[in-house]
Parts: sequence; structure tokens; C-alpha cells
Amino acid sequence: MSMGLLRLLRGNKASSAPVARERLQILLAHERGMRGQPDLLGVLREEILAVVSKHVTLDPTKVIVRLERGDEVSTLEVDIEVPNDFERKKVAVA
Amino acid sequence: MAKVLVVTSGKGGVGKTTTTAALGAALAQRGDKVVVVDFDVGLRNLDLVMGAERRVVFDLINVVQGVAKLPQALIKDKRLENLWLLPASQTRDKDALTEEGVSKVIADLRSRFDWVICDSPAGIERGASMAMRFADEAVIVTNPEVSSVRDSDRIIGMLDSKTVRAEKGERVEKHILITRYDPSRAARGEMLTIDDILEILATPLLGIIPESQDVLRASNVGTPVTLSNADGAPARAYTDAARRLCGETVAMQVPAERKGFMDRLLRRRAA
Repeated sequence: MSMGLLRLLRGNKASSAPVARERLQILLAHERGMRGQPDLLGVLREEILAVVSKHVTLDPTKVIVRLERGDEVSTLEVDIEVPNDFERKKVAVA
Repeated sequence: MAKVLVVTSGKGGVGKTTTTAALGAALAQRGDKVVVVDFDVGLRNLDLVMGAERRVVFDLINVVQGVAKLPQALIKDKRLENLWLLPASQTRDKDALTEEGVSKVIADLRSRFDWVICDSPAGIERGASMAMRFADEAVIVTNPEVSSVRDSDRIIGMLDSKTVRAEKGERVEKHILITRYDPSRAARGEMLTIDDILEILATPLLGIIPESQDVLRASNVGTPVTLSNADGAPARAYTDAARRLCGETVAMQVPAERKGFMDRLLRRRAA
């Protein structure tokens, strides 16, 4: 009662602490689940790099694997930069 | 039986070094023999907060590398008979903190002291993991603020998996120490509450240190806050926390809002 009136007299700005608590609870639930798991994106990146490198000469720094979390689905984005002359190189090797 | 206590947090600037100095002094005042050890290699500051910055000759790295013997590197506090400091090195070679070397130094300190208090650097890198590696207990210093709580959670995860005790299937006893607590902001709902923090981190509370000028003043003059203004609110809160570490049951003081005249008037009417 007294707190309510105080808040009223001070101007009722919505307090931000409950927002902080909720954001933390959601975030930490997620982070705790990930802990101890191998780094999924790192593993994916290494394996994709290995597969593609069998056929194409790649610059390993030009392979980017990104995971974007959505509400319904998440998207896995794999971005590989390939040199333009890779097919010619392959022919040359063969 | 000696206890190794790590003061850690993940996040920087939350009050680890202040806490190490204050708890060290409070425990020494009780009569226990205490050493505070600075693990922040390259960015040492515990010497400064303890007022011993001009007396550093050898440091933790020197002892780890066998350049100096432990007694040569230990600095005795000028105010308290039972309090000692093992400073960090200012050279930036963090890799010098080998697990084997640190293990030997900690074992040696255990045989000489009742409390070995390790002041962890911020972050989760080598310095921080070495500071917690051999700990029996941990004080996780947390500010009532989202990034600090998140980092504390991460550190709790490390304490439960990356310490010698955890690897042996034993537990590191963990305590949350909330620092920079501002009662007026808490009352306005602008700050995570104590209950929120404890619920989220699921770890027991060691104490609540109010935001106070005393803390800055203490570091300015190089005296642990428990000695510089022993009657002040932070000093009393730290002293209570030290008693709890020793197993005493001490009622928890939640810092109260200091009311202005208008607030008091309004509160009286509203009640």
C-alpha cells in the first residue's frame, strides 16, 4: 500500500527489474543447456570445409557458418566463397 | 585445516579486489592467519588496494618459476599481524601460470596459513581458471545487474566442472556476495532484487555490500574497507560475511533506503 502510493506520487514509471529477471531466466536456461556441448557451429564448419575441400580448393577463412534463432524455426546459413577459377584448377589437376 | 577461497565473478569491475582485501582483513582480525594472492598477472592491483605497492619485490610468477622462494615474495601487512599478501607479476606473461607451478605454491601456502584467498582476474581465461583451480570455496561477487548475473552463472558452471574438486567428484562450496547494492534503486524497481539474483543463480547468499563512498575512499588510501572505516555499512557487511565464512550464523542485513524528508513524510501518511 505505502509502496504503491509512493510510486504513484513519484510518477508511475514501470519498473525495469522484472524485465531484467525475465530476460535473464530465458537466456540462462538456454546457455546452461549449451554448456559442455561441443561447439556445434565449429564442428559443422570444420566438416563442411573438409567435404567441399575434397573437390574445390578453398580459403578456410572464407567459410562462414551462421545460425540464426527465430521464434518458430531457426536458419542455418552457410556462406562459402569459391575462387572463380576452381574448375580450371580441377581440370589441370586431372 | 587451511582453506583455499577464490574470489571470482567473470565480469570486471564488480569488486573482486575490494572484496579480497576486505574479507582477508576481516578474517585476519578474527585471529586467523590469512594470505591474499593476486592472480591478475599483468594487471595487478591487490597490492595497491592493500597499500603495499611500494613493497613488492618478488611475485607469484617468480615463485612459480622458482626464481624466488615463497617467504621472499610474501609481504606482511603493516596493520594486521596475521595478514600477508602474495602479489601478482606485472609482466604480461600469463602462460607463466602453469598448473603444476600454481599447484605447488598453493600447497605450500596451505601449510603456512588458515586462509588462502585467491583474487581472480576478470574473464574466463587462464588467470581466472588458475585462480579457481585449487579452491575449496568460492565467493562469486555479483552486482545486481544483468551482465554481472549472467557472467556469475557462467563462472558457477566453471566452478562445478573445471576445478580439481569438481574433477574428483567433490563440491566447491559456493557463495554469492552482492556488491554495489543501491537500496533506493532497488525500492524503485530499477535493480534486480536480492531474491531474483539468488533464485536465478541458485546459490546461497554470503552478504550484501551496499554501494558506498567508503569503498572508493578505502582504495584511495590503500586500506581494506573493513579497517579504514570499521563502523561503516560496507565494513560491517564484510565483517558479517567473514563470520559466515567461518561457519557462524549471522542475521542478514539488507541495506535499507536512506530516506529523504519528503519520502518519510509520504511514507508516514501512506502507512
